[in-house]
Amino acid sequence: MAVYTIKKAEKAPLASKGVLLWLRVNLFSDVTNSLFTLLGCYFIYLIVPPLINWMIIDATWSGTKEEIINDGARWIFIFEKFDQFIYGFYPEALHWRPNLAALISIFFILSMNFISNLKIKIGLILVYPIISFVLISGGFGLEIIPTEKWGGLMLTILVAAVGIIVSFPIGIVLALGRQSKMPIVRTLCIAFIEFIRGVPLITILFMASVILPLFFHDGIEFDKLLRALIGITLFQAAYIAEVVRGGLQAIPRGQYEAADSLGLSYWQGMILIILPQALKISIPNLVGSFISLFKDTTLVLIIGLFDVLAMVSLTNSDTNWLGFEVEGYVFVTMIYWVFCFSMSQYSKSIERKYNTEH
Amino acid sequence: MSAQENMITMQKVNKWYGDFHVLKDINLTIKKGEKVVICGPSGSGKSTTIRCLNYLEKFQKGKININGTDLIDDVKVVRHIRAEVGMVFQHFNLFPHLSVLENLLLAPTWVHKKPRKEAIKTAMYYLERVKIADQADKYPNQLSGGQQQRVAIARCLCINPTIMLFDEPTSALDPEMVSEVLDVMVELADEGITMICVTHEMGFAKKVADRVIFMDAGQIIEENEPHEFFDNPQSDRLKLFLDQILSH
Ligand SMILES: Nc1ncnc2c1ncn2[C@@H]1O[C@H](COP(=O)(O)OP(=O)(O)OP(=O)(O)O)[C@@H](O)[C@H]1O
Ligand SMILES: [Mg+2]
Repeated sequence: MAVYTIKKAEKAPLASKGVLLWLRVNLFSDVTNSLFTLLGCYFIYLIVPPLINWMIIDATWSGTKEEIINDGARWIFIFEKFDQFIYGFYPEALHWRPNLAALISIFFILSMNFISNLKIKIGLILVYPIISFVLISGGFGLEIIPTEKWGGLMLTILVAAVGIIVSFPIGIVLALGRQSKMPIVRTLCIAFIEFIRGVPLITILFMASVILPLFFHDGIEFDKLLRALIGITLFQAAYIAEVVRGGLQAIPRGQYEAADSLGLSYWQGMILIILPQALKISIPNLVGSFISLFKDTTLVLIIGLFDVLAMVSLTNSDTNWLGFEVEGYVFVTMIYWVFCFSMSQYSKSIERKYNTEH
Repeated sequence: MSAQENMITMQKVNKWYGDFHVLKDINLTIKKGEKVVICGPSGSGKSTTIRCLNYLEKFQKGKININGTDLIDDVKVVRHIRAEVGMVFQHFNLFPHLSVLENLLLAPTWVHKKPRKEAIKTAMYYLERVKIADQADKYPNQLSGGQQQRVAIARCLCINPTIMLFDEPTSALDPEMVSEVLDVMVELADEGITMICVTHEMGFAKKVADRVIFMDAGQIIEENEPHEFFDNPQSDRLKLFLDQILSH
């Protein structure tokens, strides 16, 4: 027989420190690793210094077109056309209106993090779009700006925002419908989702712009932007539905049973128990889908709307400013990247916030 | 109300999963305040039987009456029955996105429309009773299995049920936590609530049960008061079953 004394917990040994050691362990641990490290450094050397030269050191930041002497980026083109990239053909004197709407949007998004009262939250969600819409489109004493004048980054954000916000509840309802015990509801939802997912967005946009007006005969002019928004929203809703369905499937049956056994109704169970959990695990996929929507909005240019990319292409054909394509496209690239990257960071932060699985 | 009143009557209840006949002519009458333990081999239909009582499972033939209400496929009736019958599950089924307290407040505030203040008072009272009031603000995943099951029992008590169903409440627990949950259940039993418990905890059955029921292959094979049941089994199948659960 043997009896052992109980050991006290000891501190873990300190990890060895030092730059050289870190380098050896991580970058040069063996021959292959060293080879890839060197190769990687070579690529960085090939790409980064010229890029910095072009974008910053050799770039032209001010002056007129005629004064350009450096062979780096000629950012004066961007400054010159900046308003068009951002606002499209929206009257210059009224740029404060979309600006204000953007400011309100930022406050709206931030406030969602801090306000915990559900009623105020829902109130804001309902009021915010109306205020922004009136600000941009006019009415209530504000001069009305027809949607043909909307464009640029403003239009891109607007299309993406409407697509995301409106498609979200529709997608959730579709996902629930797809799981419904009622055969007709289920079949309709499946048919809708599978139809949309089987067709490219371009096709849906074309259909929205050609077919939708057929339902509104008598020559009622159906706003082009509205048609695009309907098309994009329906498209996005089908994808949201599939993402949410994935989340719903991951919720154990026991959760439904516990909700039922406590006497919660179907909708109470869904809204209070199932959806919060299903949406939480779906956040990464939802944001992924929002990001692709943000990039896909650029397809509205094929039905004649001028989003930020279309505006850049358009200004490139300005005879006064020929040959500035590169600067224009680098600029849009950066815009898209900043937005998509922010969305993915934001998603990570809410994931952390709602993480209760310790 | 007389003490002899029937709380639960099941008459010739039959259920099929597709072609599979899970419950065969289940007849069962349970009086107010009675404690009944159901045991039997895996797949014999124990869970299905008690899940019929709060309509988590539908049944195709037969009649169930709960405290005077016939259980029929009607939203209002089912809601009424579920306010009357509480259920504790093998895997606790707490809501992981809500704190312990919120888990308890859910049904009282949303289903029974109690004011939140009052609901909190009741919730804290029951958390106290299951000896876990100090964990009210934690999330379920921060608790041990035994603690979670006690929270689940408290959540059930918050709807003030007249009947409590337990489906193997201790079989997902580590051995050292079984007794803390059984203790709570014994206390509950002493207070006179009607209780049906699927369990293989024979000590518990002997201590609290008025009756023990043995099910096999979707039928009730034998029922008796606990000492006779365990010491003097009649059917061969029960004898075999008792041998098996005693021999490990
Ligand atoms: N949803 C279902 N579909 C088909 N068959 C099912 C379903 N649920 C249960 N069954 C079957 O019905 C039978 C009875 O199941 P039940 O869960 O009532 O058994 P049990 O006595 O509780 O067993 P255990 O001790 O394993 O919990 C089993 O054979 C099981 O396989
Ligand atoms: Mg079972």
